[in-house]
Amino acid sequence: MTVKLLSAAKTFRLSRFNSLEFILGASLTIIICLAVLFSSQLFPGGADKIDLMARLAKPFTTAAHPLGTDPLGRDVLARVVAGGKISLFVGFTSVAGSVLFGVLMGLVAGYYRGFWDMVVMHFADLQLAMPFILLAITFIAIVGGSLTNTIILLIVSQWVQYARLVRGSVLTLREREFILSARAIGVRDWRIIFQHLLPNLIGPVIVLMTLNVANNILLESSLTFLGMGVDPTIPSWGGMLADGRTYLQIAWWVSVFPGLAILLTVLGLNLLGDWLRDSLDPTGRTSR
Amino acid sequence: MNISAGTNAPLLSIKDLSVRFGPDRVVEDLSFSVKAGRTLAVVGESGSGKSVTSLSVMRLADMMGAHFETGSILFNDTDLLKASQKQMRLIRGKEIAMIFQEPMTSLNPVFTIGDQICEVLLLHENISKAAATAEARHLLDMVRLPDSEQLLKRYPHQLSGGMRQRVMIAMALACRPKLLIADEPTTALDVTIQAQILNIMRDLQRDFGMGMIFITHDMGVVAEMADDVVVMWKGRKVEEGPVREIFANPQHPYTRALLSAVPRLGSLTGEDFPKRMPLTVLDGDTQTIVGEERVQDTARYDLPPVVSVKDLFVRFDIRKNILGKATHRCSAVSKVSFDIHPGETLALVGESGSGKSTIGRTIQQLQTSLSGEISFNGKSYLNMSAAERFRMRQEVQYIFQDPFASLDPRKKVGFSVAEPINTHQLIDGSKAVRRRVHELLERVGLTSAHADRYPHEFSGGQRQRVCIARALASNPKLIIADEALSALDVSIQAQIINLFMDLQAERGLAYLFISHDMAVVEKMSHRVAVLYLGQIMEMGSRRQVFETPKHDYTRRLLSAVPVADPTAERNTDLIEGDIPNPVHRVGDEPAILSHDEPNPGHFVATASARKSAPIFGKHDA
Repeated sequence: MTVKLLSAAKTFRLSRFNSLEFILGASLTIIICLAVLFSSQLFPGGADKIDLMARLAKPFTTAAHPLGTDPLGRDVLARVVAGGKISLFVGFTSVAGSVLFGVLMGLVAGYYRGFWDMVVMHFADLQLAMPFILLAITFIAIVGGSLTNTIILLIVSQWVQYARLVRGSVLTLREREFILSARAIGVRDWRIIFQHLLPNLIGPVIVLMTLNVANNILLESSLTFLGMGVDPTIPSWGGMLADGRTYLQIAWWVSVFPGLAILLTVLGLNLLGDWLRDSLDPTGRTSR
Repeated sequence: MNISAGTNAPLLSIKDLSVRFGPDRVVEDLSFSVKAGRTLAVVGESGSGKSVTSLSVMRLADMMGAHFETGSILFNDTDLLKASQKQMRLIRGKEIAMIFQEPMTSLNPVFTIGDQICEVLLLHENISKAAATAEARHLLDMVRLPDSEQLLKRYPHQLSGGMRQRVMIAMALACRPKLLIADEPTTALDVTIQAQILNIMRDLQRDFGMGMIFITHDMGVVAEMADDVVVMWKGRKVEEGPVREIFANPQHPYTRALLSAVPRLGSLTGEDFPKRMPLTVLDGDTQTIVGEERVQDTARYDLPPVVSVKDLFVRFDIRKNILGKATHRCSAVSKVSFDIHPGETLALVGESGSGKSTIGRTIQQLQTSLSGEISFNGKSYLNMSAAERFRMRQEVQYIFQDPFASLDPRKKVGFSVAEPINTHQLIDGSKAVRRRVHELLERVGLTSAHADRYPHEFSGGQRQRVCIARALASNPKLIIADEALSALDVSIQAQIINLFMDLQAERGLAYLFISHDMAVVEKMSHRVAVLYLGQIMEMGSRRQVFETPKHDYTRRLLSAVPVADPTAERNTDLIEGDIPNPVHRVGDEPAILSHDEPNPGHFVATASARKSAPIFGKHDA
């Protein structure tokens, strides 16, 4: 097992870990994830403790509230850290779900063409033509708002992007001679799809994934803002951004710090994604 | 500046030029000069620095990150290396023009031919739009394009490759440049079209008294075009001299190795079988002769054929009407029949659109046929079960033209070679598979360590060896080699031909060898079928087809091949016209030709009685 792992690490090129992209991206992502995971240990007081005496305290002034407090006197730092739970969970699961479904659909549609291609792509076009808010309102009106339903809604609305991206790549790749020569040898379809096609088109998918995590965190917040998402009393980055909006003139910190948290998360994931894409490409072309 | 031929001052002289890309020096201490009215051929294989040299003269190499370390490029007494890009813009296109290899990508697809030629004229000459259009027409006439008036309004995609390259020449000549640089201008073209383009270029050069730098890897083209030759190898000039001298009395070992590797049409005249020839291989500065001379009498005509193709038709629907009914079709293959016996090499020769690859792909089940029968070892594909058809993909292997494109860039070479073994479960246990992969790699002249590398870490020749190892992995009976040698340098090509022949002698392999290159075909094949627009024009033993060609098209193909001998007489009469488009309207099908058999085994197409199909169509613009 260790031997296998070692050889895997070798092919992954250990020197790759020595890149600034990886060090920055990985440390940002790990720090944010750890902080969010252990938020209740870090802030035993909790994110919901109201301290009306210290309403709208300025950041960087008191040790008790290093990033200030919101209009109800809740600690912004504690809320940012705790709010990551919902935001990251929604962001990661919805992206993972839409990637799985979308990539599979794109591979099948692009490789087999014909009837299923037509069905999948026409459905995708139909869905792209529908405004997100309309889709969201209809969906939530039917099934009701909850965390699970929010994630399902995001998957339903986002898989199309992956399906289209993947299908486009498959259409060009399937005409390439290495796919043709695999077919000539008699390699089964599913092996061609997963062993030859998938590794060759994963680069752009990874990039789209990292961008979509941020997008979905914000979408979740707009849903919450419209009262269609997660229970608004649970802190989330998007929700905090929306809450702080009314106080932007007098208390910028209420919405700036959750925004900064989103920015840092996305930055970390982006760096990590770029690095991953480059290190998966044996030719190393994209890194230059 | 006097540009008349015969002046002794060189038009362009390069002195001690060294070009560096990053840490790599790609051109070192290069010196040569070109005189007005003369053609200098720069010959070398891939990576010899010949294209970088031409791009340096144009100072286009700057944009690719080139550094000019030493030297000078004197043109009209100005040093181009010291000129600013602004000055260079006035020289490019006006004083020095360039033609590139790919006529498909050198023209802008969204502008008409007329617009693109006029652009050059309006940029450099102070004339009106109307005058420029008139001049553009004149230029198209000059490169012998018919219907120049109509052609000005056409877009690049409506023209064939040969016509596009003529347009490129017309554009290059628009401002009557003093120096023309042609970088592999005919490499992407069919032989008959290549012969036409070379004729035009030679004539125009004489008329204009231009100097010309002709960059090529093809010694045949050099012999046809050049007055002087510079041979480049690994970024250095290894030899220089008048063309006859270089061919008659090459001094440098590399030049000798290069010339010995060039396949020469007619070299096997009088022989019944192809011959495996020893090779001059250059290792450092010493040359050695490797391999033996052996008559390749491996074909077993006493055994039943491995593959038998009977009355094969393949058709593609090109355009459909609104109801999905085909209105335009391409009859890619029409009534083609042939057998391949064990140990035999059958060559399918033809130009683009002749359907030669389609036949190979149909045998490999990558393409379905409309009608006709293909049988393997006497059993028809039609009567095979799914499992038997799957087994066919083990017995028949396909090698593609571009070895880089046919290997998955994300997989190690070892994986690709093992893939047929794993797919057909020929060997159990990953260790045994690995051992077999190493054996195969060693058999084709690589080492077992190569299994852990990725395709991009190999050279072109090595990659084609990998593809051959992969094809051998499943112990096939038949290998279809689709232009498998076309993308390789001549010296590598000669090595791979010998590898093919050795494997045939060793394993009794049958080859279907698909190629457009008559000289290579002559070297390798036992029997030859000449295809034109999806039909066999002539088929017979190599000797019958090459020594007593009966069909006009065969003769035309043979006369178009550039001969690597500057003293050879050239017959350019036969070479006119373009290859017609194989796409036709439904109901307008080309006539199916019947065949005569003047000698046993020698088949020649006859014009059909119903409607004699024109063999060489006019330009179908």
